[in-house]
Amino acid sequence: MKYLDEYRDLAAAQRLLDEIRRVSTRSWTLMEVCGGQTHSLLRHGIAAELQGTVELIHGPGCPVCVTDQADIDFACQLAKRPDVMVTSFGDMLRVPGSQGSLLDARTRGGQVKIVYSPLDAVELARRQPEKQVVFFAVGFETTAPATALAVKQAAQYQLDNFSLIVSHVRVQPAMESLVESPENRVQAFLAAGHVCTVMGYESYNRLVERYQLPVVVTGFEPLDLLEGILACVRQLEAGETRLENCYSRAVQMAGNQSAQDLVQEIYQISDARWRGFDLIPAGGLSLREQWQQFDARVRFSDSSLPVILNSECRSFDVMTGQLKPTECPHFGKQCTPETPLGAPMVSSEGACAAYYRYAGV
Amino acid sequence: MENNQQNMTGSWQLNCPIEIPAETDCVTLAHGEGGRLSRKLIQERIASVLKNEFLETSDDAARLPRVDGPLAFTTDSFVVSPLFFPGGDIGSLAIYGTVNDLAVSGAHPLWLTLSLILEEGFPLMLLDRVLQSLAEAASSTAVKIVAGDTKVVPRGAVDGLFINTAGVGKLTEPVPPGPAFLREGDELVVSGPIGQHGIAVLAAREQLQLDPLPHSDCGSLLTAVEQLREALGDRICCLRDATRGGVAAVLQEWAGSSGLTLSIDERCVPVTPGVKGMSELLGLDPLHIANEGTMLIAVRQGAGQEAVSVLQSLSKTADARLIGSVKGRGVAAVTVKRTLGLEQPLHDPLGSPLPRIC
Repeated sequence: MKYLDEYRDLAAAQRLLDEIRRVSTRSWTLMEVCGGQTHSLLRHGIAAELQGTVELIHGPGCPVCVTDQADIDFACQLAKRPDVMVTSFGDMLRVPGSQGSLLDARTRGGQVKIVYSPLDAVELARRQPEKQVVFFAVGFETTAPATALAVKQAAQYQLDNFSLIVSHVRVQPAMESLVESPENRVQAFLAAGHVCTVMGYESYNRLVERYQLPVVVTGFEPLDLLEGILACVRQLEAGETRLENCYSRAVQMAGNQSAQDLVQEIYQISDARWRGFDLIPAGGLSLREQWQQFDARVRFSDSSLPVILNSECRSFDVMTGQLKPTECPHFGKQCTPETPLGAPMVSSEGACAAYYRYAGV
Repeated sequence: MENNQQNMTGSWQLNCPIEIPAETDCVTLAHGEGGRLSRKLIQERIASVLKNEFLETSDDAARLPRVDGPLAFTTDSFVVSPLFFPGGDIGSLAIYGTVNDLAVSGAHPLWLTLSLILEEGFPLMLLDRVLQSLAEAASSTAVKIVAGDTKVVPRGAVDGLFINTAGVGKLTEPVPPGPAFLREGDELVVSGPIGQHGIAVLAAREQLQLDPLPHSDCGSLLTAVEQLREALGDRICCLRDATRGGVAAVLQEWAGSSGLTLSIDERCVPVTPGVKGMSELLGLDPLHIANEGTMLIAVRQGAGQEAVSVLQSLSKTADARLIGSVKGRGVAAVTVKRTLGLEQPLHDPLGSPLPRIC
């Protein structure tokens, strides 16, 4: 398949693996920021192949995993109201809040529907004026432009039955917060290629210069990942710290300007609560004042719920690279995809789910 | 009622390519109450399309001729949404599903029963389309619908139309022994590209704008099974159509029955570019996606390539491939060799696959 198979070529992958081993004089610790990269590294066996040469630790890059539990509880609570239909992407439905997931809420009679685009939720609101349609807007910079467009479209249609639970988060502040942690082990970052497709990658210069770390923009296919890893290792071996783009077929330095403009028009940068991390300064997006009629928390201000956090889940340690999923005492025991203690075990980009699914035999 | 919704004028909108005029006649509760309208519905719309000698009598049960030898008996219910999707519809699905269940169990299908559960307000025009498709599928597989039932339930109680079929078939020798008799070295074959039905239904239900539209593999496996059995005889150990849960669910079930490890190579499993692309996009594994006319076959050591040749000579199974083998029980019950050659466990699908966020 074009753009897929050519990046999964076994002989080319073998050459890159050999080259990484050849240039490494010691073991380096790299963090792949995105959960999609984690899954690809495990699915294709790259993490196992490089054991002893490169240690790959898994970053916070799964928007579903880092969604604040209070937001999930709020969504579940709204779903129980007879006048409300909660919509979201499929991933979000199995993630447990303090009192169950959106799928659990649906089983108990709540109205929850999977959509493939926020614009589908706007369309539902148009077709069902008697319902309040709430879109649970989760995701990094990749999904924010589409939800911004949904807000504009809802305004254009003058819909008063469409709103968002905004849980958008921003990657770079989380990377900085990780590096500043006293337990930091990251020596170089594989930056998430799809986020850079939208935002560009110039802003990573700050990270490179301030923290003296190589940052390499990396894609998701095996050859993309191996090239990204090789670029990091070469820099580390040479004692260099540079920003590099190994995903030039999709990513430009400036990113997608019209998508950025749209996000800028609808959202403002704000501090955000990340599950496991607590509050990250400038770590999220919120609706600007002029769009607040589309904020579900404003519209349904009467709905509030105490949050009960699951103290057993070690997701913070996993998402900051402190703990491998398999080292967690609950992994595969109390915590499985059927009975998850936390989001990383059920999200399709969760690191624990990746280990559970792809751990070698 | 998320998919089939009543519009402002009271007529029906369905996620299907058929246009329904507003003045179309609809199923009413009276159609299910046993009186004149019920008789008219059954005689004029259903029996007339499915006609055969068994349906001509109005007895409460079909009187069937004697059959020598053991029988196989199966039942299945069909609740697909939308009712019409590229490559098939609920009518053909209801016939092929039951015919395939009998065929892969080692039986030649003979007779089917048909139960229709209709929602009040369901357009009769759509019912005619479903029945026509159902009749064609029955005719193409030479099975006869010998008895049936029709119920109408109030609006909102079902999603348009649910169908149940039950089927009787004559077991033919040699009956495949089944997964409990798998042995180390047995070989695994898939009859064609996987995941097409699940992706086609998902794309139709969610109205995903795909070009070209993915088509379901909905169809009969009867000829393929019969030819395969004729050529390989007792070298076939077990067959199974890989419906809900896809290839992974069948492999898990066989591994459970046999106590052995079933091992496949992802690179050998046929997947169409459309299914591959959609799966990558949505974060789904084609091995977990449903099929409706694709089966797995386990044959004795050394017979795999012959099975593939037999299947490849038929148009329905022209893309059959040898995909793996049976091994002594290892750490995992089912393993898959992924793209770069690493062997990994293949888990059971966890509920219905949910598309990912990005």
